[in-house]
Amino acid sequence: MSLLKVEKLGKSYNADAKVLNDVSFEVEAGEFVSIIGPSGAGKSTLLRCINRMVEIDEGKVIFDGNDVGSLNKKELRKMRTNIGMIFQHYNLVPRLSVIENVLHGRFGYKTTVQGILGKFTEDEKEQAFYLLKKLGIEEHAYKRCDQLSGGQQQRVGIARSLIQEPKIVLCDEPIASLDPNASKVIMDYLKSITMELNITCIVNLHQVEIARSYSDRIIGLSKGGIVFDGPSYRLSTDSTDLIYGTKTVEKRQLVTV
Amino acid sequence: MNEKVMRNQRKWQTIIFATIIIVLTYLSSDITNFNIIHGIATLPNAFTWIVSNLFITQETLERLPKILEKLAETILMSIAATTTATVFSLFLGLMGSKTTGTSNLLGAFARFIASVARNIPVVAWALILLLSFGQNSVTGYLALFVGSLGFLTRAFIESIDEASQSAVEALRATGATYFQIVYKAVIPQCLPQMISWILFMIETNIRSATLVGILTGTGIGYSFDLYYKTLNYHAVALVTLSIVISVIMLELISNHIRKVIL
Repeated sequence: MSLLKVEKLGKSYNADAKVLNDVSFEVEAGEFVSIIGPSGAGKSTLLRCINRMVEIDEGKVIFDGNDVGSLNKKELRKMRTNIGMIFQHYNLVPRLSVIENVLHGRFGYKTTVQGILGKFTEDEKEQAFYLLKKLGIEEHAYKRCDQLSGGQQQRVGIARSLIQEPKIVLCDEPIASLDPNASKVIMDYLKSITMELNITCIVNLHQVEIARSYSDRIIGLSKGGIVFDGPSYRLSTDSTDLIYGTKTVEKRQLVTV
Repeated sequence: MNEKVMRNQRKWQTIIFATIIIVLTYLSSDITNFNIIHGIATLPNAFTWIVSNLFITQETLERLPKILEKLAETILMSIAATTTATVFSLFLGLMGSKTTGTSNLLGAFARFIASVARNIPVVAWALILLLSFGQNSVTGYLALFVGSLGFLTRAFIESIDEASQSAVEALRATGATYFQIVYKAVIPQCLPQMISWILFMIETNIRSATLVGILTGTGIGYSFDLYYKTLNYHAVALVTLSIVISVIMLELISNHIRKVIL
Protein backbone atom coordinates (compact mmCIF):
# COMPACT_ATOMS: atom_id res chain seq x y z
CA MET A 1 0.00 0.00 0.00
CA SER A 2 1.25 3.44 -0.83
CA LEU A 3 2.26 5.89 1.90
CA LEU A 4 0.15 8.76 0.62
CA LYS A 5 -2.96 8.61 -1.47
CA VAL A 6 -4.80 11.71 -2.67
CA GLU A 7 -8.24 11.00 -4.08
CA LYS A 8 -10.27 13.50 -6.09
CA LEU A 9 -9.12 16.32 -3.84
CA GLY A 10 -11.00 19.60 -4.24
CA LYS A 11 -10.53 22.89 -2.41
CA SER A 12 -11.97 26.37 -2.79
CA TYR A 13 -11.42 29.43 -0.60
CA ASN A 14 -14.46 31.22 -1.98
CA ALA A 15 -17.55 30.21 -3.91
CA ASP A 16 -16.57 31.18 -7.45
CA ALA A 17 -12.96 30.00 -7.77
CA LYS A 18 -11.72 26.48 -7.17
CA VAL A 19 -8.07 26.29 -6.17
CA LEU A 20 -7.86 22.51 -6.53
CA ASN A 21 -10.12 20.39 -8.65
CA ASP A 22 -10.23 16.59 -8.81
CA VAL A 23 -6.58 16.02 -7.92
CA SER A 24 -5.60 12.36 -7.53
CA PHE A 25 -2.17 10.75 -7.13
CA GLU A 26 -0.30 8.25 -5.00
CA VAL A 27 3.15 8.50 -3.51
CA GLU A 28 5.18 5.46 -2.48
CA ALA A 29 7.49 5.43 0.54
CA GLY A 30 10.95 6.79 -0.29
CA GLU A 31 9.92 8.68 -3.43
CA PHE A 32 11.24 12.16 -4.18
CA VAL A 33 8.42 14.02 -5.94
CA SER A 34 8.45 17.56 -7.28
CA ILE A 35 5.29 19.52 -7.87
CA ILE A 36 5.77 22.23 -10.47
CA GLY A 37 3.42 24.80 -11.83
CA PRO A 38 2.91 28.56 -12.20
CA SER A 39 2.08 30.80 -9.23
CA GLY A 40 -1.53 30.37 -8.18
CA ALA A 41 -1.78 26.85 -9.60
CA GLY A 42 -2.59 25.51 -6.13
CA LYS A 43 0.78 23.96 -5.23
CA SER A 44 0.90 25.37 -1.69
CA THR A 45 -2.74 24.53 -1.06
CA LEU A 46 -2.20 20.96 -2.23
CA LEU A 47 0.74 20.54 0.13
CA ARG A 48 -1.20 22.02 3.05
CA CYS A 49 -4.14 19.70 2.43
CA ILE A 50 -1.85 16.73 3.04
CA ASN A 51 -1.19 17.71 6.67
CA ARG A 52 -4.51 19.56 6.91
CA MET A 53 -3.07 23.00 7.54
CA VAL A 54 -6.02 23.95 5.33
CA GLU A 55 -9.27 22.04 5.56
CA ILE A 56 -10.12 19.56 2.83
CA ASP A 57 -13.35 20.42 0.99
CA GLU A 58 -13.83 17.48 -1.36
CA GLY A 59 -12.22 14.11 -1.80
CA LYS A 60 -9.86 12.29 0.49
CA VAL A 61 -6.25 12.32 1.59
CA ILE A 62 -5.08 8.99 3.00
CA PHE A 63 -1.73 9.16 4.76
CA ASP A 64 -0.22 6.02 6.24
CA GLY A 65 -3.64 4.36 6.38
CA ASN A 66 -5.41 7.32 8.05
CA ASP A 67 -8.08 9.40 6.43
CA VAL A 68 -6.61 12.84 7.13
CA GLY A 69 -9.88 14.71 6.70
CA SER A 70 -11.75 12.73 9.35
CA LEU A 71 -9.16 12.81 12.15
CA ASN A 72 -10.06 14.56 15.39
CA LYS A 73 -7.79 17.16 16.95
CA LYS A 74 -5.67 14.74 18.95
CA GLU A 75 -5.30 12.24 16.12
CA LEU A 76 -4.41 15.05 13.73
CA ARG A 77 -1.68 16.22 16.09
CA LYS A 78 -0.31 12.71 16.28
CA MET A 79 -0.36 12.36 12.52
CA ARG A 80 1.42 15.69 12.03
CA THR A 81 4.40 14.43 14.05
CA ASN A 82 4.97 12.04 11.13
CA ILE A 83 4.96 14.86 8.58
CA GLY A 84 7.79 17.37 8.44
CA MET A 85 7.26 20.71 6.75
CA ILE A 86 9.75 23.14 5.26
CA PHE A 87 8.73 26.65 4.23
CA GLN A 88 9.83 29.29 1.76
CA HIS A 89 10.44 31.83 4.52
CA TYR A 90 11.91 29.21 6.90
CA ASN A 91 9.25 30.08 9.53
CA LEU A 92 11.66 29.92 12.45
CA VAL A 93 11.35 31.94 15.64
CA PRO A 94 14.06 34.51 14.78
CA ARG A 95 14.77 35.63 18.34
CA LEU A 96 15.49 32.12 19.62
CA SER A 97 18.69 30.16 19.16
CA VAL A 98 19.25 27.60 16.43
CA ILE A 99 19.18 24.66 18.82
CA GLU A 100 15.92 25.84 20.41
CA ASN A 101 14.33 26.09 16.99
CA VAL A 102 15.49 22.60 16.05
CA LEU A 103 14.07 21.16 19.27
CA HIS A 104 10.71 22.77 18.49
CA GLY A 105 10.29 19.84 16.12
CA ARG A 106 9.88 17.52 19.12
CA PHE A 107 6.83 19.30 20.58
CA GLY A 108 4.44 16.90 18.88
CA TYR A 109 5.80 14.06 21.02
CA LYS A 110 5.50 15.98 24.30
CA THR A 111 2.77 16.95 26.71
CA THR A 112 1.90 20.62 26.91
CA VAL A 113 3.72 21.06 30.24
CA GLN A 114 6.88 19.32 29.05
CA GLY A 115 6.87 21.55 25.99
CA ILE A 116 6.36 24.78 27.93
CA LEU A 117 9.11 23.93 30.43
CA GLY A 118 11.41 22.90 27.59
CA LYS A 119 12.08 19.43 28.99
CA PHE A 120 14.02 17.56 26.33
CA THR A 121 15.80 14.26 26.87
CA GLU A 122 19.54 13.86 26.34
CA ASP A 123 18.81 11.67 23.32
CA GLU A 124 16.77 14.42 21.72
CA LYS A 125 19.50 17.00 22.31
CA GLU A 126 22.14 14.67 20.90
CA GLN A 127 19.96 14.01 17.89
CA ALA A 128 19.55 17.77 17.38
CA PHE A 129 23.32 18.28 17.41
CA TYR A 130 23.80 15.27 15.15
CA LEU A 131 21.43 16.79 12.59
CA LEU A 132 23.05 20.22 12.82
CA LYS A 133 26.43 18.60 12.24
CA LYS A 134 25.08 16.68 9.28
CA LEU A 135 23.77 19.94 7.81
CA GLY A 136 27.06 21.70 8.49
CA ILE A 137 25.77 24.37 10.88
CA GLU A 138 26.86 22.85 14.19
CA GLU A 139 29.02 25.85 15.10
CA HIS A 140 25.98 28.15 14.92
CA ALA A 141 23.92 26.08 17.38
CA TYR A 142 23.82 28.79 20.07
CA LYS A 143 23.46 31.76 17.73
CA ARG A 144 20.16 33.52 17.31
CA CYS A 145 18.43 32.51 14.09
CA ASP A 146 18.16 36.08 12.81
CA GLN A 147 21.96 36.27 12.66
CA LEU A 148 22.11 33.47 10.08
CA SER A 149 22.00 33.76 6.29
CA GLY A 150 18.96 32.55 4.36
CA GLY A 151 20.57 29.29 3.36
CA GLN A 152 21.65 28.57 6.93
CA GLN A 153 18.16 29.38 8.24
CA GLN A 154 16.65 26.96 5.76
CA ARG A 155 19.04 24.28 7.01
CA VAL A 156 17.73 24.95 10.54
CA GLY A 157 14.25 24.46 9.07
CA ILE A 158 15.33 21.13 7.59
CA ALA A 159 16.82 20.03 10.92
CA ARG A 160 13.58 20.99 12.69
CA SER A 161 11.56 18.82 10.33
CA LEU A 162 13.98 15.87 10.47
CA ILE A 163 14.09 15.73 14.27
CA GLN A 164 10.40 14.85 14.11
CA GLU A 165 11.50 11.51 12.61
CA PRO A 166 8.94 12.01 9.88
CA LYS A 167 7.80 9.52 7.26
CA ILE A 168 7.33 12.31 4.76
CA VAL A 169 8.69 15.84 4.38
CA LEU A 170 6.62 18.49 2.62
CA CYS A 171 8.68 21.37 1.22
CA ASP A 172 6.81 24.49 0.17
CA GLU A 173 9.15 26.28 -2.25
CA PRO A 174 12.21 25.69 -0.06
CA ILE A 175 14.59 27.58 -2.36
CA ALA A 176 12.37 30.35 -3.71
CA SER A 177 14.04 33.08 -1.64
CA LEU A 178 17.61 31.80 -1.90
CA ASP A 179 20.40 32.55 -4.36
CA PRO A 180 21.43 29.80 -6.84
CA ASN A 181 24.37 28.71 -4.74
CA ALA A 182 22.42 28.32 -1.51
CA SER A 183 19.60 26.71 -3.48
CA LYS A 184 21.93 24.00 -4.70
CA VAL A 185 23.22 23.36 -1.17
CA ILE A 186 19.68 23.05 0.19
CA MET A 187 18.50 20.75 -2.61
CA ASP A 188 21.60 18.56 -2.23
CA TYR A 189 21.00 18.19 1.50
CA LEU A 190 17.31 17.46 0.97
CA LYS A 191 18.04 14.82 -1.62
CA SER A 192 20.89 13.09 0.21
CA ILE A 193 19.33 13.06 3.68
CA THR A 194 15.88 11.93 2.59
CA MET A 195 17.51 9.15 0.54
CA GLU A 196 19.73 8.10 3.43
CA LEU A 197 16.90 8.01 5.97
CA ASN A 198 14.40 6.69 3.41
CA ILE A 199 12.02 9.60 3.95
CA THR A 200 9.48 10.45 1.29
CA CYS A 201 9.82 14.01 0.05
CA ILE A 202 7.35 16.22 -1.80
CA VAL A 203 8.78 19.53 -2.99
CA ASN A 204 6.95 22.47 -4.52
CA LEU A 205 9.22 24.12 -7.02
CA HIS A 206 9.26 26.96 -9.50
CA GLN A 207 12.34 25.88 -11.39
CA VAL A 208 11.68 23.10 -13.90
CA GLU A 209 15.37 22.33 -14.36
CA ILE A 210 15.94 21.75 -10.65
CA ALA A 211 12.87 19.57 -10.46
CA ARG A 212 14.12 17.51 -13.38
CA SER A 213 17.60 16.98 -11.98
CA TYR A 214 16.67 16.14 -8.37
CA SER A 215 13.39 14.29 -8.38
CA ASP A 216 12.34 10.77 -9.33
CA ARG A 217 8.96 11.95 -10.37
CA ILE A 218 7.30 15.23 -11.34
CA ILE A 219 3.70 16.29 -10.96
CA GLY A 220 2.69 19.26 -13.09
CA LEU A 221 -0.12 21.39 -11.71
CA SER A 222 -2.01 23.99 -13.68
CA LYS A 223 -5.16 25.86 -12.64
CA GLY A 224 -5.81 23.41 -9.82
CA GLY A 225 -5.57 20.23 -11.86
CA ILE A 226 -2.84 17.71 -12.63
CA VAL A 227 -1.63 18.03 -16.24
CA PHE A 228 1.49 15.91 -15.96
CA ASP A 229 2.44 13.01 -13.71
CA GLY A 230 5.38 10.81 -14.49
CA PRO A 231 9.08 10.12 -14.10
CA SER A 232 11.27 13.22 -14.44
CA TYR A 233 12.93 12.11 -17.70
CA ARG A 234 9.53 11.94 -19.40
CA LEU A 235 8.88 15.64 -18.82
CA SER A 236 9.23 17.12 -22.30
CA THR A 237 9.05 20.69 -23.52
CA ASP A 238 5.49 20.06 -24.63
CA SER A 239 4.46 19.13 -21.11
CA THR A 240 6.08 22.21 -19.62
CA ASP A 241 4.18 24.27 -22.19
CA LEU A 242 1.03 22.61 -20.96
CA ILE A 243 1.90 23.28 -17.32
CA TYR A 244 2.92 26.89 -17.72
CA GLY A 245 0.59 27.66 -20.63
CA THR A 246 3.46 29.07 -22.66
CA LYS A 247 4.42 28.54 -26.25
CA THR A 248 8.08 28.03 -26.99
CA VAL A 249 7.45 27.87 -30.74
CA GLU A 250 8.17 31.55 -31.30
CA LYS A 251 11.43 31.25 -29.44
CA ARG A 252 12.52 28.37 -31.67
CA GLN A 253 11.76 30.40 -34.77
CA LEU A 254 13.92 33.19 -33.48
CA VAL A 255 16.80 30.82 -32.98
CA THR A 256 16.54 29.36 -36.47
CA VAL A 257 16.50 32.80 -38.07
CA MET B 1 0.01 67.86 -22.40
CA ASN B 2 -0.72 65.18 -19.86
CA GLU B 3 1.74 66.62 -17.41
CA LYS B 4 0.22 70.07 -17.79
CA VAL B 5 -3.27 68.76 -17.07
CA MET B 6 -2.01 66.94 -14.02
CA ARG B 7 -0.19 69.98 -12.69
CA ASN B 8 -3.29 72.07 -13.17
CA GLN B 9 -5.34 69.51 -11.33
CA ARG B 10 -2.84 69.46 -8.47
CA LYS B 11 -3.01 73.27 -8.28
CA TRP B 12 -6.79 73.28 -8.08
CA GLN B 13 -6.75 70.58 -5.44
CA THR B 14 -4.43 72.68 -3.29
CA ILE B 15 -6.56 75.81 -3.70
CA ILE B 16 -9.79 74.00 -2.87
CA PHE B 17 -8.23 72.30 0.13
CA ALA B 18 -6.86 75.57 1.52
CA THR B 19 -10.21 77.33 1.02
CA ILE B 20 -12.05 74.58 2.88
CA ILE B 21 -9.68 74.84 5.84
CA ILE B 22 -9.99 78.64 6.01
CA VAL B 23 -13.79 78.51 5.80
CA LEU B 24 -14.01 75.79 8.45
CA THR B 25 -11.74 77.71 10.82
CA TYR B 26 -13.70 80.91 10.36
CA LEU B 27 -17.05 79.18 10.79
CA SER B 28 -16.08 77.33 13.94
CA SER B 29 -14.59 80.41 15.60
CA ASP B 30 -17.68 82.38 14.60
CA ILE B 31 -20.08 79.78 16.01
CA THR B 32 -18.22 79.45 19.31
CA ASN B 33 -17.64 83.22 19.62
CA PHE B 34 -13.92 82.63 19.85
CA ASN B 35 -11.71 85.37 18.52
CA ILE B 36 -8.42 83.92 17.35
CA ILE B 37 -6.64 87.28 17.20
CA HIS B 38 -7.80 88.15 20.68
CA GLY B 39 -6.59 84.76 21.90
CA ILE B 40 -3.15 85.29 20.46
CA ALA B 41 -3.03 88.82 21.85
CA THR B 42 -3.55 87.60 25.41
CA LEU B 43 -0.66 85.13 25.16
CA PRO B 44 1.98 87.58 26.47
CA ASN B 45 -0.23 88.42 29.44
CA ALA B 46 -0.76 84.77 30.26
CA PHE B 47 2.95 84.18 30.02
CA THR B 48 3.72 87.06 32.39
CA TRP B 49 1.21 85.65 34.87
CA ILE B 50 2.87 82.24 34.75
CA VAL B 51 6.32 83.70 35.32
CA SER B 52 5.22 85.99 38.16
CA ASN B 53 3.13 83.39 40.01
CA LEU B 54 4.36 79.90 39.19
CA PHE B 55 7.79 79.93 40.79
CA ILE B 56 9.10 77.95 43.68
CA THR B 57 9.98 79.71 46.91
CA GLN B 58 12.04 78.56 49.88
CA GLU B 59 8.90 78.19 51.90
CA THR B 60 7.18 75.81 49.49
CA LEU B 61 10.20 73.53 49.51
CA GLU B 62 9.14 72.54 53.01
CA ARG B 63 6.17 70.86 51.45
CA LEU B 64 8.42 68.77 49.20
CA PRO B 65 8.48 65.56 51.30
CA LYS B 66 4.69 65.50 51.38
CA ILE B 67 4.49 66.12 47.63
CA LEU B 68 7.06 63.42 46.93
CA GLU B 69 5.09 60.98 49.03
CA LYS B 70 1.98 61.69 46.99
CA LEU B 71 4.00 61.45 43.79
CA ALA B 72 5.32 58.02 44.77
CA GLU B 73 1.78 56.91 45.52
CA THR B 74 0.70 58.02 42.04
CA ILE B 75 3.62 56.35 40.29
CA LEU B 76 3.11 53.08 42.16
CA MET B 77 -0.59 53.13 41.41
CA SER B 78 0.12 53.64 37.70
CA ILE B 79 2.56 50.76 37.68
CA ALA B 80 0.14 48.49 39.54
CA ALA B 81 -2.68 49.36 37.16
CA THR B 82 -0.44 48.70 34.16
CA THR B 83 0.95 45.37 35.36
CA THR B 84 -2.39 43.93 36.35
CA ALA B 85 -3.91 45.15 33.08
CA THR B 86 -1.01 43.48 31.24
CA VAL B 87 -1.94 40.06 32.60
CA PHE B 88 -5.53 40.34 31.44
CA SER B 89 -4.56 41.98 28.14
CA LEU B 90 -2.23 39.13 27.34
CA PHE B 91 -5.08 36.64 27.43
CA LEU B 92 -7.43 38.97 25.57
CA GLY B 93 -4.69 39.64 23.02
CA LEU B 94 -4.16 35.94 22.41
CA MET B 95 -7.91 35.49 22.06
CA GLY B 96 -8.31 38.44 19.72
CA SER B 97 -5.36 37.79 17.43
CA LYS B 98 -6.01 36.07 14.11
CA THR B 99 -2.96 33.82 14.40
CA THR B 100 -3.55 32.57 17.94
CA GLY B 101 -7.31 33.03 18.31
CA THR B 102 -9.17 29.77 18.84
CA SER B 103 -12.69 30.84 17.97
CA ASN B 104 -14.36 33.75 16.23
CA LEU B 105 -16.70 34.29 19.15
CA LEU B 106 -13.91 34.69 21.72
CA GLY B 107 -12.01 36.89 19.28
CA ALA B 108 -14.98 39.19 18.81
CA PHE B 109 -15.47 39.27 22.58
CA ALA B 110 -11.84 40.30 23.17
CA ARG B 111 -11.97 43.01 20.53
CA PHE B 112 -15.29 44.28 21.89
CA ILE B 113 -13.87 44.60 25.44
CA ALA B 114 -10.81 46.32 24.05
CA SER B 115 -12.74 48.86 22.03
CA VAL B 116 -15.21 49.69 24.82
CA ALA B 117 -12.38 50.15 27.31
CA ARG B 118 -10.30 52.19 24.90
CA ASN B 119 -12.90 54.41 23.30
CA ILE B 120 -14.16 55.81 26.60
CA PRO B 121 -11.49 58.23 27.88
CA VAL B 122 -9.81 57.48 31.20
CA VAL B 123 -11.31 60.64 32.72
CA ALA B 124 -14.81 59.48 31.77
CA TRP B 125 -14.07 56.08 33.31
CA ALA B 126 -12.97 57.80 36.51
CA LEU B 127 -16.22 59.79 36.64
CA ILE B 128 -18.33 56.68 35.95
CA LEU B 129 -16.50 54.63 38.57
CA LEU B 130 -16.71 57.49 41.10
CA LEU B 131 -20.43 56.85 41.37
CA SER B 132 -20.00 53.27 42.51
CA PHE B 133 -16.66 53.32 44.34
CA GLY B 134 -16.56 56.84 45.78
CA GLN B 135 -13.58 59.15 46.14
CA ASN B 136 -10.68 56.83 46.89
CA SER B 137 -7.62 55.29 45.31
CA VAL B 138 -9.52 52.17 44.21
CA THR B 139 -11.50 54.31 41.79
CA GLY B 140 -8.33 55.85 40.36
CA TYR B 141 -6.71 52.45 40.09
CA LEU B 142 -9.73 50.96 38.31
CA ALA B 143 -10.00 53.86 35.87
CA LEU B 144 -6.35 53.47 34.89
CA PHE B 145 -6.74 49.69 34.78
CA VAL B 146 -9.66 49.82 32.36
CA GLY B 147 -7.92 52.33 30.09
CA SER B 148 -4.72 50.28 30.05
CA LEU B 149 -6.64 47.07 29.42
CA GLY B 150 -8.20 48.50 26.28
CA PHE B 151 -5.02 49.97 24.92
CA LEU B 152 -2.74 47.04 25.73
CA THR B 153 -5.16 44.45 24.34
CA ARG B 154 -5.26 46.35 21.08
CA ALA B 155 -1.47 46.69 20.99
CA PHE B 156 -0.90 43.03 21.86
CA ILE B 157 -3.28 41.83 19.14
CA GLU B 158 -1.30 43.83 16.57
CA SER B 159 2.08 42.66 17.90
CA ILE B 160 1.06 39.01 17.90
CA ASP B 161 -0.41 39.16 14.41
CA GLU B 162 2.60 40.95 13.04
CA ALA B 163 5.42 39.04 14.64
CA SER B 164 4.54 35.41 14.87
CA GLN B 165 2.34 34.24 12.02
CA SER B 166 4.96 32.18 10.20
CA ALA B 167 6.43 30.49 13.27
CA VAL B 168 2.94 29.60 14.50
CA GLU B 169 2.23 27.91 11.18
CA ALA B 170 5.46 25.92 11.38
CA LEU B 171 4.85 24.73 14.93
CA ARG B 172 1.27 23.83 14.14
CA ALA B 173 2.62 21.65 11.33
CA THR B 174 4.91 19.77 13.76
CA GLY B 175 1.93 18.77 15.90
CA ALA B 176 2.65 21.15 18.78
CA THR B 177 -0.19 21.95 21.19
CA TYR B 178 -1.74 25.40 21.47
CA PHE B 179 0.03 26.39 24.69
CA GLN B 180 3.37 25.08 23.47
CA ILE B 181 3.01 27.34 20.45
CA VAL B 182 2.04 30.34 22.58
CA TYR B 183 4.86 29.92 25.10
CA LYS B 184 7.63 28.90 22.73
CA ALA B 185 6.91 30.83 19.55
CA VAL B 186 4.46 33.69 20.13
CA ILE B 187 5.71 35.07 23.45
CA PRO B 188 9.46 34.91 22.74
CA GLN B 189 8.88 36.61 19.42
CA CYS B 190 6.57 39.37 20.69
CA LEU B 191 8.21 40.02 24.06
CA PRO B 192 10.32 43.07 23.12
CA GLN B 193 7.37 44.77 21.48
CA MET B 194 5.10 43.92 24.39
CA ILE B 195 7.56 45.28 26.95
CA SER B 196 7.87 48.40 24.88
CA TRP B 197 4.10 48.88 24.94
CA ILE B 198 3.96 48.21 28.69
CA LEU B 199 6.60 50.88 29.35
CA PHE B 200 4.72 53.31 27.15
CA MET B 201 1.56 52.51 29.09
CA ILE B 202 3.26 53.22 32.43
CA GLU B 203 4.38 56.63 31.18
CA THR B 204 0.92 57.44 29.86
CA ASN B 205 -0.68 56.26 33.08
CA ILE B 206 1.46 58.54 35.24
CA ARG B 207 0.29 61.48 33.16
CA SER B 208 -3.35 60.40 33.32
CA ALA B 209 -3.05 59.52 37.00
CA THR B 210 -2.55 63.20 37.77
CA LEU B 211 -5.79 64.07 36.04
CA VAL B 212 -7.65 61.12 37.50
CA GLY B 213 -6.28 62.05 40.94
CA ILE B 214 -7.90 65.48 40.70
CA LEU B 215 -11.27 63.78 40.21
CA THR B 216 -10.89 60.98 42.72
CA GLY B 217 -9.03 62.99 45.36
CA THR B 218 -5.96 60.79 45.49
CA GLY B 219 -2.25 61.02 44.78
CA ILE B 220 -0.44 63.93 43.26
CA GLY B 221 -3.55 65.10 41.44
CA TYR B 222 -5.19 65.77 44.78
CA SER B 223 -2.23 67.85 45.96
CA PHE B 224 -2.34 69.82 42.75
CA ASP B 225 -6.05 70.44 43.10
CA LEU B 226 -5.73 71.38 46.78
CA TYR B 227 -2.94 73.93 46.30
CA TYR B 228 -4.59 75.30 43.19
CA LYS B 229 -7.89 75.90 44.94
CA THR B 230 -6.19 77.48 47.98
CA LEU B 231 -4.39 79.83 45.57
CA ASN B 232 -1.01 78.53 46.69
CA TYR B 233 0.54 78.94 43.26
CA HIS B 234 4.13 78.39 44.42
CA ALA B 235 3.19 74.92 45.65
CA VAL B 236 1.34 74.30 42.37
CA ALA B 237 4.56 75.12 40.54
CA LEU B 238 6.47 72.66 42.70
CA VAL B 239 3.91 69.91 42.09
CA THR B 240 3.97 70.53 38.33
CA LEU B 241 7.75 70.52 38.27
CA SER B 242 7.94 67.25 40.20
CA ILE B 243 5.48 65.61 37.80
CA VAL B 244 7.40 66.83 34.79
CA ILE B 245 10.72 65.62 36.19
CA SER B 246 9.38 62.20 37.11
CA VAL B 247 7.75 61.71 33.70
CA ILE B 248 10.95 62.73 31.92
CA MET B 249 12.99 60.39 34.11
CA LEU B 250 10.64 57.50 33.44
CA GLU B 251 10.80 58.19 29.74
CA LEU B 252 14.58 58.13 29.82
CA ILE B 253 14.60 54.87 31.75
CA SER B 254 12.12 53.19 29.44
CA ASN B 255 13.97 54.42 26.35
CA HIS B 256 17.10 52.85 27.74
CA ILE B 257 15.33 49.56 28.48
CA ARG B 258 13.89 49.55 24.97
CA LYS B 259 17.33 50.04 23.46
CA VAL B 260 18.70 47.11 25.45
CA ILE B 261 15.95 44.61 24.68
CA LEU B 262 15.26 45.36 21.01
